[in-house]
Amino acid sequence: MAKMTYVEASREAVREAMQADATVWCVGEDLGRGSVFGQYLGLQDEFGKDRVVDTPISEAGIMGAAFGAAMVGTRPIVEMRFSDFALCATDELVNQIAKARFMFGGQSRAPMVIRKPTGMWRSSAAQHSQSLESWYTHIPGLVVVCPATPQDNYSMMKAAIASDDPVVYFEHKNIWGMEGKVDRNLEVEIGRAAIRREGGDLTLVSWSDTANLAIQAGDALATKGVSAEVIDLRSLWPWDKEAVIASVQKTGRLIVAHESVAVGGFGAEVVASIAQEVTMKTPPRRLGAPRSLVAYAPNLEDQMRVTADMMVTAAMEMIKT
Amino acid sequence: MTSTGHNRARSITLLVMMERIRAFEEHACLAAERDKLVLGAIHPSIGQEASAAGIMQALRRDDILLSTHRGHGHTLAKGADPLAMYRELLGREGGCCGGKGGSMHIADFNVGMLGANGVVGANITIGAGAAHGLKLLGSDRIAVDIFGDGAVNRGPFLEGLNWAVVFDLPVLFVCEDNQYSATTQTKSVTGGPGPAARAEAMGLRVTVVDGNNAEEVANAVDEITARIRSGEGPEFLHSITYRQTGHTSFDLAGYRPEGEADRHKAEDDPIARQRGLLAAMGANQGELDAIHANAQEEMAGLIKQAAATSFPPDDTAFSDVQDLGSPIREAF
Ligand SMILES: Cc1ncc(C[n+]2csc(CCOP(=O)(O)OP(=O)(O)O)c2C)c(N)n1
Ligand SMILES: [Mg+2]
Repeated sequence: MAKMTYVEASREAVREAMQADATVWCVGEDLGRGSVFGQYLGLQDEFGKDRVVDTPISEAGIMGAAFGAAMVGTRPIVEMRFSDFALCATDELVNQIAKARFMFGGQSRAPMVIRKPTGMWRSSAAQHSQSLESWYTHIPGLVVVCPATPQDNYSMMKAAIASDDPVVYFEHKNIWGMEGKVDRNLEVEIGRAAIRREGGDLTLVSWSDTANLAIQAGDALATKGVSAEVIDLRSLWPWDKEAVIASVQKTGRLIVAHESVAVGGFGAEVVASIAQEVTMKTPPRRLGAPRSLVAYAPNLEDQMRVTADMMVTAAMEMIKT
Repeated sequence: MTSTGHNRARSITLLVMMERIRAFEEHACLAAERDKLVLGAIHPSIGQEASAAGIMQALRRDDILLSTHRGHGHTLAKGADPLAMYRELLGREGGCCGGKGGSMHIADFNVGMLGANGVVGANITIGAGAAHGLKLLGSDRIAVDIFGDGAVNRGPFLEGLNWAVVFDLPVLFVCEDNQYSATTQTKSVTGGPGPAARAEAMGLRVTVVDGNNAEEVANAVDEITARIRSGEGPEFLHSITYRQTGHTSFDLAGYRPEGEADRHKAEDDPIARQRGLLAAMGANQGELDAIHANAQEEMAGLIKQAAATSFPPDDTAFSDVQDLGSPIREAF
């Protein structure tokens, strides 16, 4: 097992996939310099400019061209730089890529990984901080992945590249430097949650970097005598409903926490789905950002955060009732 | 070559294809308006057939084509099966897309036709990318990407053309300029001198043709595709034509200046022009009439056959969505 950071883990996965399959290639802005966060460092030297392609600032062009290239038999990894900029390529992703297989009666596939660095990171303000993963769960045809650890960023990147579906791949910008052990032989099936902590009093569901905060909340709750089961969904479509149902059947209490705006967030989908299946001891809760914008000033930025403390407070309220 | 400088066999082939496209669409329009068999919108290319016939005769079966909502002619000329196309228009089993796409999403990957598109301009970046993929794979195939004059005002025109130039891709962009964007005259909403000047400014080699002259289109595209196939990079064809019908088969097009459409039909119809050319080359009237009659008969028979096909199984509403996370059928 190797020790790797989150950014190294997906880079390794991409490198290995490119070594194994000559049709895998990367396309995006400034990839030759590693891209904004070093996700591609060294790859252009190893694979050349034709397979690690520096593009114009042309998000619709990148997404549309990668799709065209996918339809003729290549497997592009598309870099959108920040998930916010991917909105410039929304038609290409939502109207074209997601629909091609169905609309053309199965004649086409779009085996693509669309990388969208996501989330709040170092005073980046409203256009460089969003978490929009729930949008993409609403689009049939797309797969949505949100890894929270180096191991998952390695194994799920491999699974995403191997899939013949278009996979929207959210890497959280705040944890590029997070270190962890990575087992290169460990396969992670997209759609399988990870139980990060077992517990019997309450189920705490999350994903992406917020899942790491949920583990902290679980530890804090343990010191108060509350045993929380922490589930990292890891992917939102497909998502591991069975794992959450099994857990809530045991605990009878559910909190879903995520960094994105609570209104219309995927937490609502999880809560509604579980409420239809399981009778709970207390009403379920979801914790997400207020329906406002991420600001620049650090104190204002903090107003949008869902913290481990907030999860602990919500859990204690639910335990008391 | 004859004394008029034309290859008679090719001239006949062009006429046959144009007559087949016209017949295909005339029967499709009847099926839409009179028989209520085609339920969704169809966008006829009646009057524009010379583009489709002239371009596609220069392509190989495995070359790539991307087209628009007005793509029946391109698709048929690329070699798609008209029965499967009719079944698609009628939403039937055995349609080229299993009845899931309809007229605006017609595609036949077996002949390299990677899709018409319901979003104006969207196919431009996709076509550039298909060419990019072909280049990565070391293929000698080329891509042709056709769009309308309205599409040059959308962003993908800039992004797709620039992409093709920057990466020196084997792609021909064709602006099939029928002078209308739905119900608006395109020149009234387009700044500057238009599509060809824009393409030239972005570094593409540009050819302008009379898009109602099948011979001129075919000659130009023969030369262009030879250059592209030999690695000389992307090119742009501005094919100037005219839409004889409304925007859709249901559109009476009352917004056009009085007499404009009639004048085009009388003086500038690409099929009549090709017949005239062949007559000048010595073809007899009976031969030309037979080409027309054969095309009409072929399409009349096929659309009947398509109408006799059943609708696709209900289950297929849930197939071919994605491998991971299969569709949820219940509406909760
Ligand atoms: C992005 C987008 N905007 C608007 C439309 C509606 N629409 C369909 S066809 C059309 C006109 C397109 O004109 P042009 O590109 O010249 O093609 P033509 O119809 O003349 O073949 C419009 C506005 C659309 N399909 N997509
Ligand atoms: Mg037009």
